[in-house]
Amino acid sequence: MHPLNKRAKQALKDPVLMRTLPEATRRAVDKQRDRWRELPDVDALRDRAQEIKHHTVRHLDHYLTTFEAAAKANGVHVHWASTHEEAIGIIRAVLDRNDVRVVAKVKSMATEEMALRERLEATGREVWETDLGEFIVQISGRPPSHITAPAIHEDVASISRLFHEKLGTPQTDDPERLARFARDHLRDRFHQADCGISGANFLVAETGRVVLVENEANIRLATTLPRVHVVVAGIEKVVPRTSDIPVFLKLLARSATGQKLTAYTHELRGPRRKDETEGPDEMHVVLLDAGRTRILADEAARDTLDCIRCGACQNVCPVYQAVGGHAYGGVYGGPIGAILRPQLEPDRDTRRLPYASTLCGACESACPVKIPIPDILLHLRSRAVASASDERLPRPGWIAEKATVQAWYRSAMSPRVWRVGGKLARLFGPARPGRGSFHRLPPPLSGWTKHREFPRPAPETFHAMWDGRKKKKSAAHPIGRDEDGT
Amino acid sequence: MADDSRQVRLFATCLADQFDPEAAMAAADVLEAAGCTVAFDAEQTCCGQPAFNLGHRDEARQVALRHIRLYDGTTGPIIVPSGSCGSMMKVYWPTLFAAGSDERAAAERVAKRVEEWSRFLVRDLGWLPERDAEAPERRVAYHPACHGLRVLGLDGEAERLLAATGHRLVPLPRADNCCGFGGGFSVEMPEMSGKILEDKLDCVEGATASGAGTVAALDIGCLMHMRGGHERRTGTTEGHGGCPAYRHVAVLVRDALRARGERSDVAPGPRESAAGEP
Repeated sequence: MHPLNKRAKQALKDPVLMRTLPEATRRAVDKQRDRWRELPDVDALRDRAQEIKHHTVRHLDHYLTTFEAAAKANGVHVHWASTHEEAIGIIRAVLDRNDVRVVAKVKSMATEEMALRERLEATGREVWETDLGEFIVQISGRPPSHITAPAIHEDVASISRLFHEKLGTPQTDDPERLARFARDHLRDRFHQADCGISGANFLVAETGRVVLVENEANIRLATTLPRVHVVVAGIEKVVPRTSDIPVFLKLLARSATGQKLTAYTHELRGPRRKDETEGPDEMHVVLLDAGRTRILADEAARDTLDCIRCGACQNVCPVYQAVGGHAYGGVYGGPIGAILRPQLEPDRDTRRLPYASTLCGACESACPVKIPIPDILLHLRSRAVASASDERLPRPGWIAEKATVQAWYRSAMSPRVWRVGGKLARLFGPARPGRGSFHRLPPPLSGWTKHREFPRPAPETFHAMWDGRKKKKSAAHPIGRDEDGT
Repeated sequence: MADDSRQVRLFATCLADQFDPEAAMAAADVLEAAGCTVAFDAEQTCCGQPAFNLGHRDEARQVALRHIRLYDGTTGPIIVPSGSCGSMMKVYWPTLFAAGSDERAAAERVAKRVEEWSRFLVRDLGWLPERDAEAPERRVAYHPACHGLRVLGLDGEAERLLAATGHRLVPLPRADNCCGFGGGFSVEMPEMSGKILEDKLDCVEGATASGAGTVAALDIGCLMHMRGGHERRTGTTEGHGGCPAYRHVAVLVRDALRARGERSDVAPGPRESAAGEP
């Protein structure tokens, strides 16, 4: 069984997940729909957002160097990392130089990609996730399963149990009390922290500023209290102007959390100036490639880079709704993960991810920047087929798939073979009243009969029925024929 | 609309050909009832979507090209009783060929003529049967299958056809959710597909509890998937023991039109006498 199917099977056996997921995703979908409706013309706004992204992604070199120059002028250290390892090296060097023992970390997908927390913990530092959801995930030891709701796979009872075990807090079914426990635990860490590490929602090229949105004020604390602030941002996060930001802000919170706007929107210029009372002594921005320029080079998949990490495609996806994020086996789950991961981390396993979709298109409809996810899934599937064809040792199932497609191809290319195929299929017994469907079939249809009956072929094909109909009609209207239709 | 728009060609689809020819036949019957003459090109097989969706583009391209050549020599709308095959032909066929190539131009010419069955009737022809007030009430839940809904942008055509032919539409909870079929997905990722299907069947049972005896859709594939799942769940065959009947919209519309015809053959309906009153 493919690891993807195995993980899906595991997910289906997780009672907490099966309870929380449908409700949480449905609620998120409903809220997004309501918030979108409040906008005078959400479609035009999505087009505008997409347009900005398309323009920026196609002039990435320009906007990144513009950002770099402007950020440097603000006193920010700008670093370029072509791989995750390079980024980790850069960040470690900054932490070493500043003698950082405790890090207050803010949730960020770029840092998730490189398992930054775990990597820094391995160097003997304390690293604390300061978003509630991410904090839950950290102490649970399980990975996050959603882009904006990382602990969506937990419920109040499981979180209460977890806090009780790990933090020694009393059990409670009151979510607000649970949040207070986490806050109390984290408050001291903010004061101890020598460094805050965050991602970025947007990098503004013209000003060199970093825009971050949040609800819990932990970003506020993590980026102002510690001496050092490090931003890790994928290179696709840059936008040209400050005036572009409202376009995205109108869409981001509405699509991610169903809010009009997040509670806080930060625009960070750089280290604290002499006349200022707040802010770090030192600020760094690490610009991360780690596969993104590879995506940029592929015209058919380039729109993947438009993603603003809202998680709406996950909420609305029937596959995600069914099995959750862990089943995808990596940092990004859901439709965006199914197109992003095969490109960021191409290997045999991730190549299979684009197949974890019904191509229903709900993701594209929910995407605030209209990424054509189904088309990219299809493109990546064709790339997977090309890679599989080149492999000396094919994956299990590949030979059978190839043979099935070839059999289909031969019959679809020739009406004669098609007819013969139809006749052969009827040797297994066409449908007849009282004759049941197929209950169990051998591969490749065994996957179907796991959960459904497979229909018997109709007694006659449409081709045959049409012939019969034509004959009947000419009999009914015997123009130029004898009465008996001969 | 020009008169030759009623000289249509039916693309029956491979699934209808093999598993549900009655659906394609009903689609032809309704087209005729709407005043069309229907031609069927016996050379047709499959639109190529099974291979395309699995990523086998070379094979899909050849099969598509075969049909594009078949149709490029003909005229008139090409009507497809499936939102999914309709999407493949109308939207994806051209993308299989290099921009500027002859094949691309031919694909675009043909794609322009492709229309999904319900949309052609209701939007292009502006045809709806006169509302049948006398028909016995039949409660139907409608599943708006994904490709028709999101790729072709179908918007209420099937519902209008059903309502006009005396069907009462029972709301299907979360109707827009996929049934989990996805072609090869249903076979290759049975755990995910099976779970999505279970959720869909739960929703269907919400509709059957409100009296819907039939589930309608415009795609044989989705119907096969839901029917097969429901038969497995109930341990019976469709239309029996808690398992609703799963029918293509065309079959329901055609059967209702026939029943109406038979009723008016026997005795003039009260509608006609009412129409005679001042």
